[in-house]
Amino acid sequence: MTYPFSLKRLAATGAVALSLGAAAISSAFAGPTLDAIQQRGVIKVGVGTSPGFFAPDSNGKWQGFFVDFGRALAVTVFNDPNKVEFTSSSPQQRLPALQAGEFDILLSGVTQTVTRAFKLGFHFGPVVFYDGQGILVKKSLGVEKAADLDGATIGVQSGTTGELNIADFFRKTGKKYTPVVIEDSKEFVAALESGRVDALTQDSSDLAIRRSEFKNPDDYVLLPERLSKEPLAPAVRAGDDRWLEIVNWTVYATIQAEEFGITQANVDEFLKSEDPAIKRFLGVDTSLGEAIGLDPKFAYNIIKAVGNYGEIFDRNIGPNTKVGFQRGYNELWTKGGLLYSPPFR
Amino acid sequence: MSLVDDKPPALLDRHPLLKATLGTPGNAAITLALAILAGLLLPRAWDWFIWNAVWWGSAEDCTAASGACWAFIGEKLQFIVTGLYPPEQSYRAYAACGLLFGLLLVSTSPRLWGRGLLALWIAGIGGAIWLLGGGGPLVPVATDKWGGLPVTLFLSISAFLLAFPLAVGLALARRSRLGGLRLYAVTFIELVRGVPFIAILYAATLLFPLMLPEGAAIDKFARATVALSLFVAAYLAEIIRAGLQAIPNGQYEAAQSLGLTWWQATRLVVLPQALKTVIPAIINLAIGIFQDTTLVAVIGMFDLLNAARVAANDQVWLGFYTEAYVFVALLYFLFCFSSARYSLWLERHLNPVRRH
Repeated sequence: MTYPFSLKRLAATGAVALSLGAAAISSAFAGPTLDAIQQRGVIKVGVGTSPGFFAPDSNGKWQGFFVDFGRALAVTVFNDPNKVEFTSSSPQQRLPALQAGEFDILLSGVTQTVTRAFKLGFHFGPVVFYDGQGILVKKSLGVEKAADLDGATIGVQSGTTGELNIADFFRKTGKKYTPVVIEDSKEFVAALESGRVDALTQDSSDLAIRRSEFKNPDDYVLLPERLSKEPLAPAVRAGDDRWLEIVNWTVYATIQAEEFGITQANVDEFLKSEDPAIKRFLGVDTSLGEAIGLDPKFAYNIIKAVGNYGEIFDRNIGPNTKVGFQRGYNELWTKGGLLYSPPFR
Repeated sequence: MSLVDDKPPALLDRHPLLKATLGTPGNAAITLALAILAGLLLPRAWDWFIWNAVWWGSAEDCTAASGACWAFIGEKLQFIVTGLYPPEQSYRAYAACGLLFGLLLVSTSPRLWGRGLLALWIAGIGGAIWLLGGGGPLVPVATDKWGGLPVTLFLSISAFLLAFPLAVGLALARRSRLGGLRLYAVTFIELVRGVPFIAILYAATLLFPLMLPEGAAIDKFARATVALSLFVAAYLAEIIRAGLQAIPNGQYEAAQSLGLTWWQATRLVVLPQALKTVIPAIINLAIGIFQDTTLVAVIGMFDLLNAARVAANDQVWLGFYTEAYVFVALLYFLFCFSSARYSLWLERHLNPVRRH
């Protein structure tokens, strides 16, 4: 991911090396995850610790964007949003821990890549958050899109792919820029606040969180462009297809609900809908649920418990939260975004 | 020349503090520079820490103010001190802290050192495990929910207790005349001392589980505790070896001439003296280990420091990292400083001869 953590890049290398070893050893271990979950009566979810995405509140109860998807899963399996256990896992540790069976699923913002799918034996659910390298600028600069940046001094963190991406980007636009490579992550943020650089470039979720920590967050704006692809998706161990499908359709249910316009507040009214697609989706017509072996009302229960995708987004990381993320690519396909649920049929 | 100088001593000579700070031009210049620096920094510190600080109120009050947000600490105190421990059970975490602190306090008196105290420690650690983990009338709480101060205390203390017998064995083995035993001890000590603690922690949490047969799982907390105690054992063994080397050969010979076997001589004559010599060094190591426990954050455990960091990740109270760090820094300082002062006192108390 991109996960707002400076150790990230370093960690990724180590984790991959370790997991490669892990994959070789543990491929024989893969047992039916779903059986274990049902026996245990609780889903074990690995998360990270970043504001808005996953963080315990004052009572130690986990809150956040990814956390809500964990709750939605518990609703699908147990019809109880609390039958889920979140464990924080560091970026270095999370992939091997998933391999070793410490978690049933990682909702810690793992970037879906081809290596992880083929070499590490992970399967990914639908992308729940399209992240990517962004550019954070001072509002006073008066820049609205990245292509307008000319002659800017841009801070990049050393040892990240961000450095290469920004160079490629400016080669394409043909404009000039001065990169300032900064080692320390605290210093990285301070550089923008102190005016040493005009802009920072880093994964956009990271930048949004950094922005929220500024003294006057409103003086800074995250430009809409993404210079790289960081699709963050739920990751599960290979070997339990039904569990993967449950993950897939739980996520799709939140997306489809938004497309239908069904929210936590109005879901009960939709029960009266005459639209056959909505009747199937909410389980008024029970034939679908019976055919797939899930509670026919699973989608209804999810929306009732955590809301649709848009609600989950807005509540945790949306424009009105301190993290203040715009929907961007994480918008329904009908509104120009990338979120698309296959039909519930 | 008269023996008594009639002139009263100069002002500087009468006040040692003044003499030390202004006695020479060089010292005076340093004093002046530091005074100016303090004059620049102290008002700002006062403003931030005290004057403009928000002592109670909401996150919005804090954002509006320019000073520290101590209201954040008030709101998050339970989370910082007990981590993810279930809030309705938090009294158990506090009780475990109280128990461990009590044990530490009791152990500060050298008069109470003995077998009784050792038994008390084992009972105390058992009690802390029971309080935190549950069983019987207490609801079970899984170790991955343990957090905050109890974790920091429990890890440091239990690692030391586990490490101690191992360290004594290693120290004796390293001085043994049995080559195989010596080789084993040297290999272990140098191997562990040759890698950073974080590597041992990774090995224990990432590699070790993969070597276990399917289905067998050892708790992550237990693995971290064992990893820490192996680490401590290597360092402690070297300290104890230094103590053993400080004991003159005459002591062994005298013990032998009394007809004591090697075991008896070691246990009754050499070890007690050797350990006494190195107690300050051991406490020094303990302070270091207490601080090293913060590294368990990298394997996703919520020790005191990590709990404080994560407390400031809460969407509602986002970004009060400085306050969180200042608060735990104060806790760590209080703990380590008092240990250091105790070590100083103990050193004087145990070696009255060397007192100046």
